[in-house]
Amino acid sequence: MSHAWQYFTNNQSQILTWLRTTAWLAVVPLAVGLALSLPAGWVASRYRWSYPPIITVGGLLYTIPSIVLFLALPGIIGTKILDPLNVAVALTVYCVALLARVVADGLRAVDADILNAGSAMGYTGRQLLLSVQLPLAIPVIGAGLRVAAVSNVSLIAVASTLGVSQLGSLFTIGNTTGDTAPIWVGLVMFVLLALVLDGLILAGVRLMTPWRRAVGR
Amino acid sequence: MAAGGGALIIASAGSGLPSVGLVPRWLTTASHWTGRHGLLVSLREHVIYTVVAVLIAMIIAIPIGLVVGHTGKGSFAVAGFANAIRAVPAFGLMILLYVLVSPKIHFHGSIGWLVPRGAFASLVPVEAMLVVLAVPPILTNTYAGVRDTDPAVTDAARGMGMRPRQVVMRVELPIALPLMLAGIRSAVLQVIATATIAGFLPFLGGLGYQIFINGLPQINDPNVGYPAMLGAALVVAALAGVADLVLLGVERLIVSPGLARPTARTRLLRP
Amino acid sequence: MDHIPGTASRRIRANAVVVRRSDFVIRFDSVTKQYPDGTVAVDGLTLEADTGKITVLVGPSGCGKTTSLRMINRMIDPTKGRIWLDDRDIATMRPDQLRRGMGYVIQQAGLFPHRTVIDNIGTVPVLLGATRRAARRRALKLLDQVGLPANLAGRYPAQLSGGQQQRVGVARALAANPPVMLMDEPFSAVDPVVRVQLQDEFLRLQGELGKTIVFVTHDIDEAVKLGDQVAVLRVGGRLAQLATPRELLAHPSDSFVAGFVGRDRGYRALGFTPAGELPLRGETVVRLGDRLDSVAARATEGWVLVLDEHDQPQGWLAASAASDQGGAVTPEMLNLGGTLAMESSSLREALDAALSSPSGRGVIVRDDGRLIGTVTASQVLTRIEQERSAVPLAR
Repeated sequence: MSHAWQYFTNNQSQILTWLRTTAWLAVVPLAVGLALSLPAGWVASRYRWSYPPIITVGGLLYTIPSIVLFLALPGIIGTKILDPLNVAVALTVYCVALLARVVADGLRAVDADILNAGSAMGYTGRQLLLSVQLPLAIPVIGAGLRVAAVSNVSLIAVASTLGVSQLGSLFTIGNTTGDTAPIWVGLVMFVLLALVLDGLILAGVRLMTPWRRAVGR
Repeated sequence: MAAGGGALIIASAGSGLPSVGLVPRWLTTASHWTGRHGLLVSLREHVIYTVVAVLIAMIIAIPIGLVVGHTGKGSFAVAGFANAIRAVPAFGLMILLYVLVSPKIHFHGSIGWLVPRGAFASLVPVEAMLVVLAVPPILTNTYAGVRDTDPAVTDAARGMGMRPRQVVMRVELPIALPLMLAGIRSAVLQVIATATIAGFLPFLGGLGYQIFINGLPQINDPNVGYPAMLGAALVVAALAGVADLVLLGVERLIVSPGLARPTARTRLLRP
Repeated sequence: MDHIPGTASRRIRANAVVVRRSDFVIRFDSVTKQYPDGTVAVDGLTLEADTGKITVLVGPSGCGKTTSLRMINRMIDPTKGRIWLDDRDIATMRPDQLRRGMGYVIQQAGLFPHRTVIDNIGTVPVLLGATRRAARRRALKLLDQVGLPANLAGRYPAQLSGGQQQRVGVARALAANPPVMLMDEPFSAVDPVVRVQLQDEFLRLQGELGKTIVFVTHDIDEAVKLGDQVAVLRVGGRLAQLATPRELLAHPSDSFVAGFVGRDRGYRALGFTPAGELPLRGETVVRLGDRLDSVAARATEGWVLVLDEHDQPQGWLAASAASDQGGAVTPEMLNLGGTLAMESSSLREALDAALSSPSGRGVIVRDDGRLIGTVTASQVLTRIEQERSAVPLAR
């Protein structure tokens, strides 16, 4: 392990650059994916007929191996093969595939009595959605977001097999040189990144749902 | 070795324009399916990698999930372990195991038609990585299925004189089955997708072979490299779809009609 | 699987059609249950649940009634004291075998959602070694016995109503024909109308089967209705009073029991005294279809009782409403306010018949519904007074 630490200090600036790229690849698709999933999930929850197709398409997209998507995107959107944008777009697709379903289920799971009480008090459909339904669905959406964040970080590593330069490159370097130090550094950096993201989302959910803290758990 | 492929592309990327249009023709060319390095062989290898990994994961995860769900002891450890494992990048884990473990494996023979000559040392890290990937969904879903069994039902089972093992096998297991199978489905999909990177290691096949060995080095030839990679990838996606349907069929066969099918909602509402 | 001694004989019993009277007595001998955190759930309980009788444990939440029940089949083990099943200390018996010999019914029914109704009912016979076929045959009989149609056999619990689920729960507990039944608030989760139905059928069934039953409820009315004896427990798990329902209502041992038993206990206690020989008065009656102008002559104090052709009372007719009209007596003219009491009814029902009747005269009928006579509230009260002087108040 001291060996790994030495490797880290020796290559610090390179590793930190990779970390920046990796963090960018982890966060931006997550944010964009969430922004796209909210309307998609709302449609699926609001119109019964649209739920099965949206969820099925999402499920199918989610089964596409990441390498496939990294490779297919240049052909579809015309980027260069090594463009990190391919990775970002692919991860966004996964995010939407996962989160659209989560948002739809989260919105549908809100107690019908609460919604009836809301409309009985004179909320319009949109007010009900924004000030009752969506806040109550935050815990479920947050749980989905955490899953998406962690699995995205893990997928980024795969992108290095195609030569996209980021933290995953530490693994390919270890593979070519037979040295475990860069591999250990890579694993630790990836796990830390995942944990930090996970923690941030968790904190955000807690901050936005004060009523859940009130009951102690 | 295979990783050299990565460097090769870095040097030459950007010149050839990927051509999606050639993929259907690549897929319908018979010679790409047959032969020692054809798609059919890759497909068979891919299925073997997947089935072996998921079976091992089931053997590990289901008993632990049943016991932890039944006793309630260790539930915290299970949830923590599953979350921690999810944060480990599969690719990094595979490379680490390959560098650490494979040189120590001195068995280079073949094991029937399952493991070709020389592949065993590479196969161990791949299967280990896939098992690590497949255990969390099966484990957490089995555990959750047992834990969510109505306490009145287990109370009645005990009150009628079932022994603990009978309570688990005759009541909790069948009731947990829908959630458990959902966990297995999600494990299978993940493993099928991830088994692709097995092709990154020497002597190994699977559909990843088509991508890393057949496709990647020839990426600059628009007629060969890119269509091969995307074509193989589409076969992976098709395999995932078929596996999902098969498992859905199994679910229909073995889950009691008295149990409501689990929706994603019930799975996510109880984190 | 290991061999269970006695399996063979139990198997025969599980399949037996002939109902066997039980001879099992459950005795609590200074039983205490204290939890590791110091809470005392049951405190020195001594109590005997008699052969073939219903013993009801009743009390507010936290009185240890469910804990006491669950100690009988060793779902919970006592900290101190012993529980005897006849001459055997249950602590010396294997829990799973002990439980297979005791029917167990709980509030939420606890039916196995993955098994059909018939296989739910057959659970214990199968555990005891019966073949699935034999268990199903037995289950079909029980389905009928608890008043469920045979076409429910193939349904799953989720397809049943709450009341049906409880009936299946009772059938399941009866499947191996256990001599002892433990019932933990079995009727609490269903709506009041269904609850009364289930209680009545439960009493009918017990009349046929004569099990030794320990029954837990928080509802004093249910306790008084079903129990041969009632044990009132207070918070902290101490026995406040053990008595017959009638005794309990007439002589609560202290203010806790009095308060728990409730305010109108005097009236409810009448439910345990048979109406017996009430001084019935004959009524001049009219029949449906009689001419209206004949009504006034036959009315007493402005009211006349109307019967149908089978001598069954249909309602009261006001003389004033009939006097100046032509035509015949029709059902639409009748006042239906009065309740009927049967000759086998209690004083409570007789008094209610009198109080609810528009004429002030309560209608008493034979068990087949034919009129015997009427009785006034003051006559019922006189009867109650006589009853009181016959049974000394002081204990």
